[in-house]
Amino acid sequence: MTEFLLILIIALAVYGFVLNKSKANALSEVNIMHSQPHYHGLYSAFMTLVPAIILLISWSFIVNMITNITLREFFSDVTDSGLVRFYTDGVIAYVEGTSDRIIDHIGFLPAVEHYQSLQYNNKILQFIVVLTLTLMFFRYSLKFVEVQFKARDYIEKVVVYVMRASAVFAIFVTIGIVLSLLFETLRFFDSVNVFDFLFGLHWSPQMAIRADQVGSSGSFGAVPVFTGTLLIAFIAMSVAAPVGMFSAIYLSQYASDRVRSYAKPIIEILAGIPTVVYGFFAVITVAPFFRDMGAFLSFTNMSSESALIAGSVLGIMIIPFVASLTDDALTAVPRSLKEGSLAMGATLSETTKQVIIPASFHGIVGSFLLAFSRAIGETMIVVMAAGFAANLTFNPFDSVSTVTVQIVGLLTGDQEFDSPKTLSAFALAFVLFFITLILNVISLTIVKKYREEYE
Amino acid sequence: MTEKLKVSIKNLDVHYGDKQALYNVNLNIMEKEVTSLIGPSGCGKSTLLKCINRMNDLVEICKIRGQILLDSQDINEASQDPVLLRMKVGMVFQKPNPFPKSIYDNVAFGPKLHGMTKSKEELDNVVIQSLSKSGLYEEVKDRLFEPGTSLSGGQQQRLCIARALSINPEILLMDEPCSALDPIATAKIEDLIAELKQQYTIVIVTHSMQQAARVSDRTAYMHMGELVETGLTKTIFSNPQHEKTQDYITGRIG
Repeated sequence: MTEFLLILIIALAVYGFVLNKSKANALSEVNIMHSQPHYHGLYSAFMTLVPAIILLISWSFIVNMITNITLREFFSDVTDSGLVRFYTDGVIAYVEGTSDRIIDHIGFLPAVEHYQSLQYNNKILQFIVVLTLTLMFFRYSLKFVEVQFKARDYIEKVVVYVMRASAVFAIFVTIGIVLSLLFETLRFFDSVNVFDFLFGLHWSPQMAIRADQVGSSGSFGAVPVFTGTLLIAFIAMSVAAPVGMFSAIYLSQYASDRVRSYAKPIIEILAGIPTVVYGFFAVITVAPFFRDMGAFLSFTNMSSESALIAGSVLGIMIIPFVASLTDDALTAVPRSLKEGSLAMGATLSETTKQVIIPASFHGIVGSFLLAFSRAIGETMIVVMAAGFAANLTFNPFDSVSTVTVQIVGLLTGDQEFDSPKTLSAFALAFVLFFITLILNVISLTIVKKYREEYE
Repeated sequence: MTEKLKVSIKNLDVHYGDKQALYNVNLNIMEKEVTSLIGPSGCGKSTLLKCINRMNDLVEICKIRGQILLDSQDINEASQDPVLLRMKVGMVFQKPNPFPKSIYDNVAFGPKLHGMTKSKEELDNVVIQSLSKSGLYEEVKDRLFEPGTSLSGGQQQRLCIARALSINPEILLMDEPCSALDPIATAKIEDLIAELKQQYTIVIVTHSMQQAARVSDRTAYMHMGELVETGLTKTIFSNPQHEKTQDYITGRIG
């Protein structure tokens, strides 16, 4: 019924558009109009559509509230609010057909009946009210096709509102994510001490669920996880920084325009490869290669999930970030500086080293920091290529774990959302978020500063 | 005037891709004189100037035919090294382009690069001498280690001249060195040019005919990629042989 209503409203809007547009078209034959005919058409379409949609959304919102309140009355003898919630959800699920479980409570069947009749009445009432109101707005919108009517000003306003709403939406989502992370983190710190978490040297989040289980009481020292993350990120940077920077120098200073026009997009394709593909690459190609190398050089303790493997593949992934941003920084250096240095009899590499890189130093540092924060936050490659065991080590041949790997491990499968084990994922995520946020702020400030120097 | 030939340009054609920028240019540049290149925008003055220190090598699509002889040696020959050429032929650009380094390091750049000084004292001397030659030393002696970009436009341009002089070039190319400067700074640079020609051969591209008349011994007038007329500055400005030159200096074109 709601679907039918929606189709009807859209059809009405289209009809209003056509009607107003043709009417305005006829008028514009002999007059100079304030607004072009399609604006008159759009005016009618918006007038029909927007109130109807607002009404539909708020309607379902209000009905939900009413349903919940009235259903609760049937279970007024139950004191536990969680249980009441469980019962009312049961009633709704039963009527909607998603569950056939009949709850053993005296109020259940009357509640079901009540909900059914409410649903039925609601749908009819909704149909009538929404349609009537929409028709009224539709009729109303048809009256305004005149030479002087400022339809385009109204459309302009609608456009501004839509854009403003989109911006507000994006901002609220960001705030919402941060807050939800924050609250779960605070819940985690109810059961685990902040300092134990931040400075503890042992990470083993397994907890006994039942009293008779052996051993693990859970240990939430995040240091090994963060050192693992940093180790892998540093290995990644030691791959990506030189390769990315040298390719950027080559492309910006040495390559001919033709080579550059092919090479730059190809390097940027690297940035478009899904990270799970890098994961395959790490597991199938790089890991055996390093293991064989290790065997050849008689490193017997080389793990096939070593930090080296995950780090180097991660490094390959962030090459395009370094290359592309460094290239931007290098090409932003004014040509006059390059010419000035060459005119002094410097070779191109001397010019690059002594003039161009110092002049774009901020930009290069900024690009490194952005790439580093990408490396820290990357998940899929390390999930596939690094291990789950959080060893506190700086040996690149050992297996280490990262923050993101731990979070994936903690949150996949069946979880209780009130155990410290699960909540620790949020704490990890929060700290990670905080670190990358700071890195991004620093690097963006640096990049911005250097941009201003030449503008 | 010594009347000794320093640079001789013979039958020079320059193409940028399909577009021809210079047509059969022949020009002689005398040692320790100021030669100015004048002409309307796009006539090829700067292109000609950049041929003399091979800065056009940087432009991929640029093709050069003809000869440029520096002390009877063709600079475009395969055996010639552009790096060594540019040590002999310094250049000052239209817009002051000090490196993002200190005033001292800007001037020390060339000597360090080419290993011309053995000790710190020697380098200090070269820097002080170059800055003195460009008339900047007295103004900046207390702040040699401040960034070169902190100077005013005219000072920056004189810093760039000091930088060019630091490696003892024989020729100094100046590509409209005053076009970004105010009249006072321009006057200082013009005085400087008059002093520098005691030691250096100078080629200057300028948009200002008055400037050409003030600073140069010889003038070459260019039009649409061709060298129309060349001769002593006095003669060119008082008694031009060619109709186009006359039109330009009387302000009818350009």
